[in-house]
Amino acid sequence: MTQRILDISGLNVRFATEDGEVAAVSDVSLHVNKGECLGIVGESGCGKSQTFMAVMGLLAANGKTTGSARFGGIDLLKADERTLNTVRGNRLAMVFQDPMTSLTPHMRVGRQLTEVLERHRGMDAKAARAEAIAMMARVQIPEPERRFAMHPHELSGGLRQRIVLAMALLCGPELVIADEPTTALDVTVQALILDLMRELKEKHGTSFVLITHDLGVVAGLADRVAVMYAGRVVESAGVREIFAAPRHPYTKGLLACTPRLTDAPTAVLPTIPGQPPDLQKLPPGCSFHPRCAAVFDRCRAERPALAEGGTLNACFLNHTVAA
Amino acid sequence: MTSAHAAALDTAGDVEGRSLWQDAWRRLKRNRAALASMIILGVVAAVCLIGPYTLPWPYDAIDWDHVEAMPPNMELGHYLGTDSVGRDLLARTLVGGRVSLMVGVLATMVALFIGVTVGAVAGFVGGRVDQLLMRLVDLLYSVPLTFFVIILMVMFGRNFILMFLAIGAVEWLTMARIVRGQTLSLKSKEFIEAARASGGSTAGIILRHVVPNVLGVVIVYVTLTIPQVILLESFLSFLGLGVQEPFTSWGVLLNEGAAELEVNPQTLIVPAVFMTATLFCFNFLGDGLRDALDPKDR
Amino acid sequence: MWSYFARRLLIGIPTLLAVVLFCFFLMRLAPGGPFDGEAPVPPEVLANLRARYHLDDPLWRQFFSYLGNLLQGDFGPSFKYKDFTVTELIAQGLPVSIENGLSAIILAILIGLPLGITAALAQNSARDYAVSGLAMVGIVIPTFVTGQLLILAFGVWLKGTPFQLPAGGWNDGAFLNRILPVTVLALPFVAYIARISRASMIEALRTNFVRTARAKGLPYRTVVLRHAMKAALTPVITFLGPATAFLLTGSMVIETIFQIPGIGRYFVQGALNRDYTLVMGVTIVGAAFVIVANLIVDMLYAVLDPKVRYE
Repeated sequence: MTQRILDISGLNVRFATEDGEVAAVSDVSLHVNKGECLGIVGESGCGKSQTFMAVMGLLAANGKTTGSARFGGIDLLKADERTLNTVRGNRLAMVFQDPMTSLTPHMRVGRQLTEVLERHRGMDAKAARAEAIAMMARVQIPEPERRFAMHPHELSGGLRQRIVLAMALLCGPELVIADEPTTALDVTVQALILDLMRELKEKHGTSFVLITHDLGVVAGLADRVAVMYAGRVVESAGVREIFAAPRHPYTKGLLACTPRLTDAPTAVLPTIPGQPPDLQKLPPGCSFHPRCAAVFDRCRAERPALAEGGTLNACFLNHTVAA
Repeated sequence: MTSAHAAALDTAGDVEGRSLWQDAWRRLKRNRAALASMIILGVVAAVCLIGPYTLPWPYDAIDWDHVEAMPPNMELGHYLGTDSVGRDLLARTLVGGRVSLMVGVLATMVALFIGVTVGAVAGFVGGRVDQLLMRLVDLLYSVPLTFFVIILMVMFGRNFILMFLAIGAVEWLTMARIVRGQTLSLKSKEFIEAARASGGSTAGIILRHVVPNVLGVVIVYVTLTIPQVILLESFLSFLGLGVQEPFTSWGVLLNEGAAELEVNPQTLIVPAVFMTATLFCFNFLGDGLRDALDPKDR
Repeated sequence: MWSYFARRLLIGIPTLLAVVLFCFFLMRLAPGGPFDGEAPVPPEVLANLRARYHLDDPLWRQFFSYLGNLLQGDFGPSFKYKDFTVTELIAQGLPVSIENGLSAIILAILIGLPLGITAALAQNSARDYAVSGLAMVGIVIPTFVTGQLLILAFGVWLKGTPFQLPAGGWNDGAFLNRILPVTVLALPFVAYIARISRASMIEALRTNFVRTARAKGLPYRTVVLRHAMKAALTPVITFLGPATAFLLTGSMVIETIFQIPGIGRYFVQGALNRDYTLVMGVTIVGAAFVIVANLIVDMLYAVLDPKVRYE
């Protein structure tokens, strides 16, 4: 049996705002197996980042969680800061999406790397330096010794993102959560980083969560995919199934929106009509029904559960057959 | 702010098409401190304006039967007592309030006028004009301007008009910077481009499009400048360089009262309560407006 | 980095020159002269006085001779304190004012910074609200009121107790005589620094890089001290430039209330007496101070922000 390295169950994330409570994530259950890459797909604001911020214990102060997220025998949602700090950056690491602001501007990048090793590996400054430079070389940063002593603003976006990646990989984590790791980068650097992640996955058995809205990236790296909409998982399946036979209308819409090289250059790219809903004023029934082409009466009244129906999905169209 | 919150706000704005001002008003209404401050300020202003006409004693009349400080006395009509020469304290405080508020508002208007003009022109015209004006602002920032207010007050006599002109002339710097920044960011927006393309004159565009759009920050800044000016006026009056007898202001009264604090505490307490309450309210209101008009600040 | 400072310094010199020029012509424009005294002065005496102070020379010549004297540290004679030159008065008063100002700023940083930072770390707690409230009080209540209150409290009510403090006078800068004025001078700065550092720390804690630091599993203390603190300090440092200017006006108040022989008091006396040369001298010295303070702030800025250093 495959070993589950991260097991999220019934996760809810709520933010108390001055305009009332916002349900950013509702009843999300996901798991990541050892050595696999789970892709999380959805439009911005669908709760995909907040799900994993909650897992990392990095929610904003007005955020509250319920449910559980088990990682290596610890429930991350209930663990205290001290316990979390033995796990974060060590066995569980996160790569953030914005390389321009994710590094501390007034510290040299080398120091920002070595402090992780000093903290989790108890290394002295010299050993940490050697290790950090070695890791910088591994993520293909040219002239790592020179770059080690630089401040973030002296590095390009691509180099900074590689620093952030190196930072996550320093302690050989079992699971890396990568939140849009390649969005801000140009295509060649993007390919480089994805290759690196693939290599780690295959050679070292590192597990990944890949949060992105870029389906191309998912197709290249993920083993399984979960699609999120308005704070919920609406479809979850193996990567081949999702791309070959998506079942949820939203997933279908997302795939249809992605341009393909085989399309005629003049073809009009379809879009999903409407906008993601206001999380404070979710429509009754299925959250997707106002934008869904296949909507019928039941969708407006009742929320479909995530259930088996070709894939694991939340759409009556697929369930009625089974039921 | 969390990205989920931001996303929620964004979509809320898009879907319902609420205007900035409705949104801001809604947020302000929920801020009780700011709302209460607005009401208190209204009351203070009204009382200062109307109050003196309804009192039995004019502010400058000496009660010749009691030429000495007196605690509150209802029968004689000195509801909050008198000062050391027997003048009615409440009447003096209210009239002083008129002066302080007037100097505060007028000086701020002067600052507003200069600041918005310089800022909008610098931001909108750009290039050399911008550089020149901002160098000037930088230069004036590194000069102790209070000194110049005092020099002006000394040289040209201590009158009202000069006082608020002088104070206004030194308080516009921050306003100019803020407005310039706002204008620069607005300049690239489509509707300005459109106005330009359709052949509007620079002055017209500034007046019709830029000014209304920087109004938000300007209102916040005005609310926060007025109390500063009132403080500056009180400071000048304390040094004997501000408002002169027979006129009075909160600063003058505080100064008189502070000297007699030991024997006649009411002479300090009465004006101090009025003035600090007013300053508090302006500050709370300003903070509240800032939060309401710029939710990112939260 | 050094060329950056050199450039800043070079901007400072014309600024100071502009101040001198502006002051000079403002003074000459002023209606009424220093000799419109209590008793009418006979015209021949007046003519003598005017000649002695070169008031009949063309303006530009007066200006250049004044500028030339300035460069030699000569601010000219005081019109009112006839036995002293302005230079002597400033030389007497300046050290006193600087000592008080520096003490006040240091005190304000030592108290205001921890208040602001700890309030930010416990945002929306009772402690946070207390600090914000106190800061507002410190900003809103004029120093001349707090000064008089403290004089009353420590000089009168506590008279005869061990807490009694001198209620005025300088006593050649005896420690006890400094306590009240420095405290009063520091109060608004405590308030401002607490307010600014609170806001900037809250902002710093919300940055992406602090999130990254937390994701690395660093203890919160380290995150705050190593990653957030420098970013939070920048606005406080920026404030210290204009603070010098506030300090100058603040010293006018405390030196008047506590009868301290500093330049602030000389300025007020000079202003009330239309003692042109004294007022000009103090203004120029004050402006020089503010310019130097801004320069120091720029240097500190460069130390905190590597971006400035390399540009």
